[in-house]
Formats: sequence, structure tokens, C-alpha cells
Amino acid sequence: MTVLEKVTALLGEGAVLEAGTDRVPRIAPGSPDAVALLLGTANQEGWRVRVEGAGTWLPSDAPADLALTTRRLDRVPAVEPQDLTATAEAGIGLDQLRQQLADRGAWLAVDPPGLAGRTLGSIVATATAGPLRQGFGPVKDHLLGVTFVTGDGRMVQSGGRVMKNVAGYDLTRLQAGGFGAFGVIVLVHLRLRALPRADVTHVLEGSRDELTQVAEDIAASGLTPAALELVSPALARRDRWVLAVRLVGSPTLVAADEAGLGRFARLRAEEAHGFWMRLSEGFAVRPVTFRIGGVPAASDELLDLLQHQVGDEWISAAPAAGAIRWSGDTTVDRLQRLRRTLAALEVPLTLERAPWPVRTAVGHFGAYREGAGPLVAGLRRTFDPGGALVVATDGE
Amino acid sequence: MSSGALADDLRAIVGPRHVRVAVAERVTYAMDGLPTHRRLPDVVVLPGTREEVIAVIRLLAVLGIPFVPRGAGTGLSGGALAEEGAVLIVLTRLNRILKVDAPNRSALVEPGVVNARLSAATRPYGLHYAPDPSSQSACTIGGNVAENAGGPHCLKYGVTANHILALEVVLASGETVVLGSPGGEPWGPDLVGLFVGSEGNFGVATRISVRLTPLPRAVRTLLADFGALRAAGEGVSAIIAAGIVPAALEMMDQSCIQAVEDSVYAAGYPRDAAAVLLVELDGRDDGAVGAEADAVTTILKDAGARGVRSAKNEAERERLWQGRKKAFGAMGRLSRDLVVQDAVVPRSSLPDVLETIAGIAARYSLVVSNVFHAGDGNLHPNISFDATDEAMRVRVELASAEIMAACIAAGGTITGEHGIGLDKLRYMPLIFDAESLGAMLAVRRVFDPEERVNPGKVVPVHACREWARAANPGATPRGSTGVGPGAPPRGQPVLAQ
Repeated sequence: MTVLEKVTALLGEGAVLEAGTDRVPRIAPGSPDAVALLLGTANQEGWRVRVEGAGTWLPSDAPADLALTTRRLDRVPAVEPQDLTATAEAGIGLDQLRQQLADRGAWLAVDPPGLAGRTLGSIVATATAGPLRQGFGPVKDHLLGVTFVTGDGRMVQSGGRVMKNVAGYDLTRLQAGGFGAFGVIVLVHLRLRALPRADVTHVLEGSRDELTQVAEDIAASGLTPAALELVSPALARRDRWVLAVRLVGSPTLVAADEAGLGRFARLRAEEAHGFWMRLSEGFAVRPVTFRIGGVPAASDELLDLLQHQVGDEWISAAPAAGAIRWSGDTTVDRLQRLRRTLAALEVPLTLERAPWPVRTAVGHFGAYREGAGPLVAGLRRTFDPGGALVVATDGE
Repeated sequence: MSSGALADDLRAIVGPRHVRVAVAERVTYAMDGLPTHRRLPDVVVLPGTREEVIAVIRLLAVLGIPFVPRGAGTGLSGGALAEEGAVLIVLTRLNRILKVDAPNRSALVEPGVVNARLSAATRPYGLHYAPDPSSQSACTIGGNVAENAGGPHCLKYGVTANHILALEVVLASGETVVLGSPGGEPWGPDLVGLFVGSEGNFGVATRISVRLTPLPRAVRTLLADFGALRAAGEGVSAIIAAGIVPAALEMMDQSCIQAVEDSVYAAGYPRDAAAVLLVELDGRDDGAVGAEADAVTTILKDAGARGVRSAKNEAERERLWQGRKKAFGAMGRLSRDLVVQDAVVPRSSLPDVLETIAGIAARYSLVVSNVFHAGDGNLHPNISFDATDEAMRVRVELASAEIMAACIAAGGTITGEHGIGLDKLRYMPLIFDAESLGAMLAVRRVFDPEERVNPGKVVPVHACREWARAANPGATPRGSTGVGPGAPPRGQPVLAQ
């Protein structure tokens, strides 16, 4: 029997989707149990499995015996607006989830790069936070728990559904940003916010240096914007760099913060929506995207370094948080050289998105501090003992 | 090896004054803040530097002796107790604040730095360390990391895990590893997030880089007085549902109010109230914070508050907070011993769960006082008892188990900030299946293959489904593109490629 015939016998014809251009069988399990069944079988059979969500972020190009897509895991079993929590399956698109939450007066305060239909599982697995990380923290801060399936088909629960939880080790944080190396996320328990009653965006154009200073001044002023993002001209579709400030919350608090902004221009609601959407989607169209994270005071220096080594055409940065996202077209050599330079500055570079030849050469992670490499390798072996999951963690 | 010979070897590392072997000395370390567990360690060692910590752990690795790291011993789960045959490593002498980096809002500290001392030291920079457990005047940052400690102001500012940027950790083998980076971005997977809250099972943190938070410029502290516990619980839900995120949102019930008002920590809480809510709002702009305080006042009155008053000045604010933070101490007036319980429920189920707890207390003829982080749904039902009364001890155990079961039934969990330790091992199978517990044990073995660090805590081994050990460290998973573990040089990030 072929792989496809075995999988069809296992999960039924309904789980088999049309293969992509590389003719790798694409399987869409309809439940977390089906994911476990499939991965358990793959582990026994020695199949290599690549994991996909909606296929809008990572290219579907990793060599594998089959592709497991979570797109049929798109249910939202619970939304609890009173408790500001929700439970959603990993394959739901963020746009659909947002709508379902908004209908109940709730909001998930994440704005990851990528297209609107990107799956929740993809966002969690890659820990790709967007500008809202400034005010609401990284992706992991929005997670109360996850359920995941290991490479050998074990279903593991971590965390829970309540606001605080220290029962057992925090495997949720291992999965957030694990790039699927430690299992396939199937269910996510989310921490929500009340849908903000006021949500405004102000922008200021100028030189990069000038705007970085303005961002530092805003952070030092005690203002607590939801986003404080420095955006390159190409990405912002403007002539000059743009500093965008997003304020959300009660009308009173937002009005008070707006008064402290000075010479910024307020965008109309539809302009603001378009600005942030273009920013997110801009990162899905260039072949390579990575993020780096330094200390806030080094933001200018890091932006200079990027400009020098890989160019600064497509950049979005949160200077007050020390987070920078770069997108563009570059080579393996340049990425490896940049990662070496950054590592000497104690700045990690995480490769978020790239074609397989680049991913496999550079690795999503690729660099560790002393002694951490064996721990990562040990965790990888623990959660994928047979090496069924095709993930380019470390590069060559 | 005899404990005498071991003590001699340890003295050679840390000096003779810092090894405790006499029973009278060791008994000091036989308990933590929870009076229901007692373990006498074989040897207690107090290293004074990270180099001494490493040397001690390397010695214990060579000898194959288990050990337990301990901070100030204020924990509430029996987590920092050493079984017979284990060495207790007390880290309170590693108490230096190594660096305050005000421009980047971070600090580098040793694990024995007391929580409140760090905030005091960073106040001149307009910064503070936000997680503020009630024991903050004594508990250490290292202990906070081990337990993922919370506190009243974690509602807005997040728990310990949200404030740790990087860690230097000594593994059970004596090897040093560095997790995280100065800006908080992980090198690969989030091993800092995994380590925080691991209750000492993964190693000993010797250097901790923490995020500091600007001090708020405007603060309003409100005290709301309720004639019914249920109404107070509904007031909590109404505030959160309105999209308001107070800095803190704490509740105390009548029993707790009486204990505080009878003590030296009397805060002026209304003695006849069924419950009070302490609500703190903060921000940059005084007018805006004031307006939000007015909105909260209206919400609470609509929920049935008999009155809401605002602290008129800093002295009154401190007095209101002292009553809350010293409530556990005040409860010492009620009985000889106190079990401070810890559980979390969905916020909307607070009123029902509080009524259930009151029913359990009545059935077991016990006094249960509630003082807790209502905004997070993090309950602390405190059971007053006399540990010398064996029958009462049994009733306390049975009531505790029923309270945990009620919280789980409501969709909650068994601990929000105190940890599992020894005390809650038996409840772990109620919230995690055998596979998930097995996963935790397997992760622990990645950090500590011999399970020598803080043995017998967190994961009930008997309830775990077995996972294969992550053996054969040289093997490369089939789907991997080449892990480069090797032996990395010290002091520099290492490129895998």
C-alpha cells in the first residue's frame, strides 16, 4: 500500500485533500484524535510529516512523505466573554476567530504578520507577534494552555483555561515559538480582552533617526500605547519612515494619551485599519522574514546593522521593546553572517519564514547560548523520538 | 559517603560557618510557610557565590546525592523541603543586585535578592519590579522564579514569567547554561518560559535578568464595602467585563476583615461587611485615572456595594494595602496554625465557588477565611486549625481536597501561584492525564536525567505514563536538519551551523 492508501484507510477519504504541486499527499485530520492517530502511524511507518496550517505563511515546500494540515480543526468550542477566555482549535483562521470573538464583545490582542486567514496554530507555533506586542506582550502572554500531539502520536495537555496556573511545568511556553519541533498544536486556550471602546492610530513621518528618538521619548513619558511601531517607507507605502502609535482602551484613557502625543496626525478609522492590515500582509509577500530581539537602547544600532548587511527596505520595529522584523530577498550566506554578528551582540535572530532551502540551511533557531543546544536537542528527541516532524530548527 | 565526610567536603567549598549539620540548626529548614509538611534535611549548605554554587552542585553530581534549592523558605507548597538523604542548598547569601540598567528597564540579580529590596533599589530610577507576592518583604527573586510567583498587581502587570528576560542556570550535572537574552527574545524555543515555575526541578538559577516596570504616575485606591459575598464577586466580573483592567483587584471576606481589624495591621475595613474589594487603578494621567476610578465606583455601586471610598493620600493607601498584605499574619490571631490554600477558578464562577467553600467549611467545622486575587479568579481559602489536634488535621486535609475538587469542577486549577511542591502532588492526576504527566516527567529528565534536583516534587511519578528517556544524545532526529549540540564554548552565543 502507498502512504496515501494507508492514510485513506486510517482516516477516510474525507481527510485527503488535493496534493500540492510537489505531489506530497495532503491530509487534513478532522479532530485532535485523528491527528494523534495519523502521527502515531507515521512514527511507526517511518514517514516524514510536514505540518501546515492554511498554507499562507510558511511555504509548503519541505520534503516529506505527507503534509498534515490543521485546516479542518477550525472549531471554537468555547468563548466565555465574562471570563475573557476562549478555546479554539489550531486550524481556525485568525480572521474568523476575530469575528467570532467580536460578536461576543471580546478581543484577542495579537496582530501577527501574514494574511488575515493565517491559522491560530501557525501564529502560536511561530510566536509571531506584531505591533501589539508593545502593549500586550508576546504571543505566549495570550495563552492559557495548549493541547498538542507529539511526533509519535501522544496527546499532551498543558496549562488550563484560567487566568493563572502554575500546576506542572509550563509546556505551553515551549510550544509557543517551537516551530512545531516539539509537536503539533491542536487546541489553544486563549486569554482575551474586552473589545476596546476606543481604538485610534496616530502617525508621524520623518527620518528613521528622528522617529526612533520620538519613540524613546514616548516610552519615557509614561504613555502606554498598544503599539509604537517604526515602519520603513516601502512597507508603510509612504515617502518617509513612519512612527505609528496605536492607543486602545476606554475613551477617557485614550483621549488623555492622545493629548500627550503632540504633532502626530490621527488616521481615520478605515485608514488605520488599512495601515495595520498592509503592515501585516506586507510580511507575507517577500520570500524571507526574520525577527531579532535586542535591548531597547540598541534599536538604532541594530537597524543600522540590518541596513548595512541586508538592507532596510521592509522593516517594522518596536524601538521601545527592542523588537525588529525584517522581510526581503537575501541569501543563506548573508543570513548566516548576520546571525553570527548578532549573536556576538547577544541578539537572537529567529528565521520566521523562508523557502525550504534557506530554512534548512539557516534554521529557524540556529544559535543558542552556552549549554542550551543539548537541552533543545533533548526536548526535540523527547517530543519527536522518531524524527517524524520535518522542521528546520538548527540549520546546517 | 557519610554525612560527616560530605559536610567536610562542603565546608572546603563554602567555609566552615556555612554548613549546618546539627539538628538544632537543620530544624530551622524543616518547613516552609505551610505548616502541614515537615522534612529534616541531612545537611544544609549556604554558598556565598555562584562559583560556590557550581562547586557544590558538581560535588553532589560526582557523589550522586540529591539536593534541593531553597530561598527564604516562604513558599506555601512544601516545595523547598529536603527529604532524608538530600542536601539543602540555601541561596540567601547570593543577594547582590549586580546591575540596574535603567535605559533598558532591566536588572541583573542573584537569586537570594529579596523581592521588595529590588523594587526599593530601583525606585530612584522611577522603576520597580512588578510581581509583588504578599511575602515580598522576605521572599527571594530566585524563589519567585522557581514558583512563578504572582501577587496583587499581577492582574495588570503579569506574573513572574512575564518579567524574566534571561537566566544563568546550573544544571544537576554542574554544567552552566544561559537561557534567554538581555532583550528577552529567546534563542530558539522559550527555555526561560519553561524554566520559570519548574519549582527547582530543572536546576538552580544563579543569575536572573528581570524586566523592570515604570512606577505609575497616578494611582487611585478604592475600598468597596459589600453586604453580601456574592455581590462582591459579581462586582469583580462587572469591572472586568467593562474592559477596565485595574492594577489590582483584591477581595477579603468577613472572617479575614475581622482578623485584620483585630490586629496591629488594622486598616479601617468595615467590620460589618460581608466582603470588601480593594481596587487599585493606575496610569500616566491623573485625570484619566480619576475618571476610571469614578467608572469603577459606579459599577461597584450598581453591583450592590454599600459604599466605595477612595484613599485620600499615600498614607491611607499604604494602610489599606498593609491590611491586605499582612492578612495572613493577622490570621495568626484566629488559631495556632494556618493552611494558606491556593486555587484558580473562572472569574464568573467566583460567587458560586465561594458559597461552596463556605459550605465545606461548615460541614467540617472549620474556620475558612478568604483573601485573594479576585481579578484573576485566584482564590486563597485559608483554613485555621491546630496542628496538635490530629482529628482536626484530618478534617483540614479532607476539606482542602473538597475545595480543590470544587475549583476543578468549576473549570479551574489547583494552584495559581504557590506551586505543587509536596502538598498538591496528589491533586495533579485530577487535572492532567497520565500522558501529560508523563510528558512533564520526560521534560524534567532532559534537564536532570537522574532526577536529583528537588526529588519527589511537582510530578507524581506513579501517575505518569512512561515515556522513553531522551537517550542517545548524539542522534539526529530524522526530520531535523542537523542539531549541533556539541560542547559549546563559554560566554558566547553558539551558532548551530
